[in-house]
Amino acid sequence: MKSLSHHLIIKLSHHQINMLDKNQIAKRIAQELQDGFYVNLGIGIPTLVANYIPQGVNVVLQSENGLLGIGPFPQEEDIDADLINAGKQTITTVAGSAFFDSAMSFGMIRAGKVDLTILGAMEVADNGDIANWKIPGKMVKGMGGAMDLVASAKNIIVAMQHVNKAGESKLLAQCSLPITGLKCVKKVVTELGVFDITPQGFKCIEYAPGVSLDYIKEKTLGRLVIADDVREMVVG
Amino acid sequence: MINKVVKDAQVAIADIQSGMTVGLGGFGLCGIPENCITALVKKGVNNLTCVSNNAGVDDFGIGLMLQQKQLKKMIASYVGENAEFERQLLSGELEVDLIPQGTLATRLLAAGYGMPAIFTPAGVGTEVAQGKETRLFNNKEYLLEYAFELDFAIVKAWKGDTQGNLVFRKTSRNFNPLVAMAGKITIAEVEELVPAGDIDPDHIHLPGIYVHRIFEGKDYEKRIEQRTVAKQ
Repeated sequence: MKSLSHHLIIKLSHHQINMLDKNQIAKRIAQELQDGFYVNLGIGIPTLVANYIPQGVNVVLQSENGLLGIGPFPQEEDIDADLINAGKQTITTVAGSAFFDSAMSFGMIRAGKVDLTILGAMEVADNGDIANWKIPGKMVKGMGGAMDLVASAKNIIVAMQHVNKAGESKLLAQCSLPITGLKCVKKVVTELGVFDITPQGFKCIEYAPGVSLDYIKEKTLGRLVIADDVREMVVG
Repeated sequence: MINKVVKDAQVAIADIQSGMTVGLGGFGLCGIPENCITALVKKGVNNLTCVSNNAGVDDFGIGLMLQQKQLKKMIASYVGENAEFERQLLSGELEVDLIPQGTLATRLLAAGYGMPAIFTPAGVGTEVAQGKETRLFNNKEYLLEYAFELDFAIVKAWKGDTQGNLVFRKTSRNFNPLVAMAGKITIAEVEELVPAGDIDPDHIHLPGIYVHRIFEGKDYEKRIEQRTVAKQ
């Protein structure tokens, strides 16, 4: 009982703060998209980014199972079993789409042709290490394309919750879970703020509306510095 | 004219023996060789080492072979969505080698291109790198990964001709041409089999030199894992 009530208190105190929801995190990340970008979106919050691409910004979404130019989900009558994304969801194509095999798909990723990769994580370290594929003894699903993406992507933004279900920080000095890739993450966006990975560790450049810097410090275990020009996040 | 046509899946897989290494095309349940999987289950070969990006779901795809305990080892990049797989893995009945998806694809490609190995940065600094040779190129570390050798490759294409030339459809292409290229013997099942000459040579995705047996499959279920529609 003691641990349960402890857990509840942590949860409650975390929820009293005005935090961003998943769609707002996605919306903030969408501001990073630039016209002409080729972008790979991971499963989870990153997929939602597609809903908030700013007007006038043209990007091509890559699906690592072999498609450039992911379109919206289909109408019921347009569902095609041969047309899915990397999350195995039925999708559509857009004008200018192209299909290719899995070797070419990872070839373009490895060659740095994809401008931006947005993915989820279980843990990120203050030097840019990421862990997002395995929980020893619990989850044995495999890494899929995550290790290829993080090893080669020019620019990686991680979208994730700042703390886990137990209220513990996921922004750490060192990853405790098996590593997916080393020193590769450039930016982390959580429900609490936006953090650049710098030689000094996580650099808070924006905080979510209503979230104090003290609260962010409390919930960040890795090295944290606050940018001189830190500002409130604009999520629209 | 070379004719590679066989009657059906049962004939195509007749000489696959227990203990062999077999590669299967597909991503999730998209573009999997349904007819040959059914025939392998019926034939009952076991102790197979299976190379495939995924392991199907509990009651479809490679999951059907797992149910019959036909696999000794699974080499894949992602095996979620399959409770029986997880059970066999945790109980030690099944060996598994999880490797990054791009590494898997490119090791198959290398086999088909006659290259014994590749260098890739995927997995550097992770448990995937354990025991592997590494090398620095332009100050970046790469892992040496070997090409696959498959006793049999089994793939699914949309269209094929009697000489084994293949055309894939949309994202069901995925691993199919790569698995096909890596097989010592490659079997292709297609939705539509046409006479050689019917497909424009410019439209062929995989030339028939990589395919040894071809047949027109039947009763494709093409099951969808995540049926997702636009919000009204």
